[in-house]
Amino acid sequence: MHNPYLPYPVRIDDITVETEDKSLKTFTFVFLHPEDEEKFAYRAGQFAELSIAGLGEIPIGIASSPTEKGFVKFTVFKTGKVTSYLHAMKEGDVMGVRGPMGNSYPWELLEGKNVVIIGGGFAFTTLRSSIVHMLHPDNRSKFKDIHVIYGARSPGMLLYKEELMAWADRDDIHMHITVDGTDDPDWKYHKGFVPAITEQEAPPGNADTYAIVCGPPVMIKFTQPVLDKLGYGHDQIIMSLENRMKCGIGICGHCNIGKELVCKDGPVFTLEQLNKTPKEY
Amino acid sequence: MKVIQIDKSELDAGLEKLESEFRLIGPVKEKDYHLFTTLTPGQKPDLEYINTRLSARSILYPQSEVMFEFSLDKNDENYAVLKEPQKDRQPTAVIGIRPCDADAYEVVRRNFDTPEYKDPYWLKNYESTTLVGLACSKPCPTCFCTSAVSGPFSEKNVDILLVDNGDHYLARLVTEKGEKLAESAGWNRPAENADETIEKMKLDAESKIKSEVATDNLASQALIDLYEAEAAIWEPEAFACINCGTCTHACPTCWCFDVQDETYGKAGFRMRNWDSCMYPLFTVHASGHNPRGTKIARIRQRFMHKLKYYVDKYEKGIQCTGCGRCVRLCPVNIDIRRICNKMNSYDPETCSCAVTS
Repeated sequence: MHNPYLPYPVRIDDITVETEDKSLKTFTFVFLHPEDEEKFAYRAGQFAELSIAGLGEIPIGIASSPTEKGFVKFTVFKTGKVTSYLHAMKEGDVMGVRGPMGNSYPWELLEGKNVVIIGGGFAFTTLRSSIVHMLHPDNRSKFKDIHVIYGARSPGMLLYKEELMAWADRDDIHMHITVDGTDDPDWKYHKGFVPAITEQEAPPGNADTYAIVCGPPVMIKFTQPVLDKLGYGHDQIIMSLENRMKCGIGICGHCNIGKELVCKDGPVFTLEQLNKTPKEY
Repeated sequence: MKVIQIDKSELDAGLEKLESEFRLIGPVKEKDYHLFTTLTPGQKPDLEYINTRLSARSILYPQSEVMFEFSLDKNDENYAVLKEPQKDRQPTAVIGIRPCDADAYEVVRRNFDTPEYKDPYWLKNYESTTLVGLACSKPCPTCFCTSAVSGPFSEKNVDILLVDNGDHYLARLVTEKGEKLAESAGWNRPAENADETIEKMKLDAESKIKSEVATDNLASQALIDLYEAEAAIWEPEAFACINCGTCTHACPTCWCFDVQDETYGKAGFRMRNWDSCMYPLFTVHASGHNPRGTKIARIRQRFMHKLKYYVDKYEKGIQCTGCGRCVRLCPVNIDIRRICNKMNSYDPETCSCAVTS
């Protein structure tokens, strides 16, 4: 019987410090057994459990895109026991990855639609995966206009800066990068909070436009009325939740919100679904 | 279905024959209470018992269990690579499990055995176990199995059902697994007119259960209405709760677990341990944020899960077999029957419950 609790062994191939405060690092993993990479076939918006023997497991969104082969990437905020240990690990170290888990963003539904990505802080990981996925030459024609509104406290706190700048130079994606504030006189992007930039830059809601919103609770709280005002239906607002998890496969009982399990029925829900669900996240 | 007769005097000889083929587990009295234990050779289960203090859950799902082992010795070629331990999965027979506990396995199976994922630990234990049930003729005042998803003579999830009929047991062989066990034990004397006798005893036992819950409206109640019924249901029920978790540990249908790594020198183990939604740490995020940080949120979770979320998710009734353990053991008299009746009779228009006991 297959054991769904058994992680695939992986080697840390690369570690990149993402933010000026060094609280976020991106880890690139290579599977020790190449056949495991095929078993790990995933979609943008899914997550996995990172496993460190002796410490435990943590659920983290997949930051690489299914279109990127040969590795899988996660951006991890240093906050607890496992993440602190992980931040001290070195390239070449062996650990485990278990997954993929969860439902992903609704890619079939998004085909032929305008996609507006709204992200804040370090909740941009599965959004990066989504952008890379959509911009891939095989996929770009499947989507209409793509808008990205992404904000962080300061320029040094933005994730994936080089990629963001490269996307900003492209004409097949509308990038609206913003920071709460900066002293940098050469800063050529927006200044202001995500909800305000959304109001200013996001296209109006219509049957062909979907918003994917991922960020800290305060950003979500103030972005929702803006999207309402812009005419987005609650079934067109897509969100990704997180909750404390252990098994990641819907069995251990930790992450439920009402009858839904964030790990298995989510983490992606529409606002319409969440309106009918206890707010236990 | 075949029914055989086993004289009480020949029960022990049969169990002895089974010892070579099965690990036998049965109810044994220890101090004031009965508990399920692995029987040592020659040790006999006490089939005169009413019910065990803790449920039969731990037979398939130990309170603490090794999921994986690993080495933290950097010189070891398998350093930090998790491996499933070799477990002894000798065929097991549980002798004298009550139908409420056996039916609880069916309730929790829906969680452990899903189309997408199979929990190998629980399932392998389940598959290697034969359940010899013991029908109940002496229910407790806290038993309400007939209006939950079980009954004193329920055969839904046993392989054999023993019915105590004075100097002998009538044994209904419910499944092929049960027939095989009876054959191994040398129990093969056909019983006469047994179906009639069993039916009569069953009706008699059912009529003795005076306590019941109403569940007929649970499915049609709006989930969010029940969730938001704080003044009518959750605040008064949470008032006395001390979040001790006794209800969840005594319950045969609770399944939540925590996963923790333990190390002893360079030997490491990934363990799973029963967990409880009554505990504040159950839901706390690494950031410190806790979606169920209050007592009322946790008590609501337990009862909403059993009586609403499960009902909606599986459409197989409530997640409760009516064994009554949580009612008997709760130190502050929180009673799932009262809460179930409140939820069932809740009227969102008036924010009140027609039945409050």
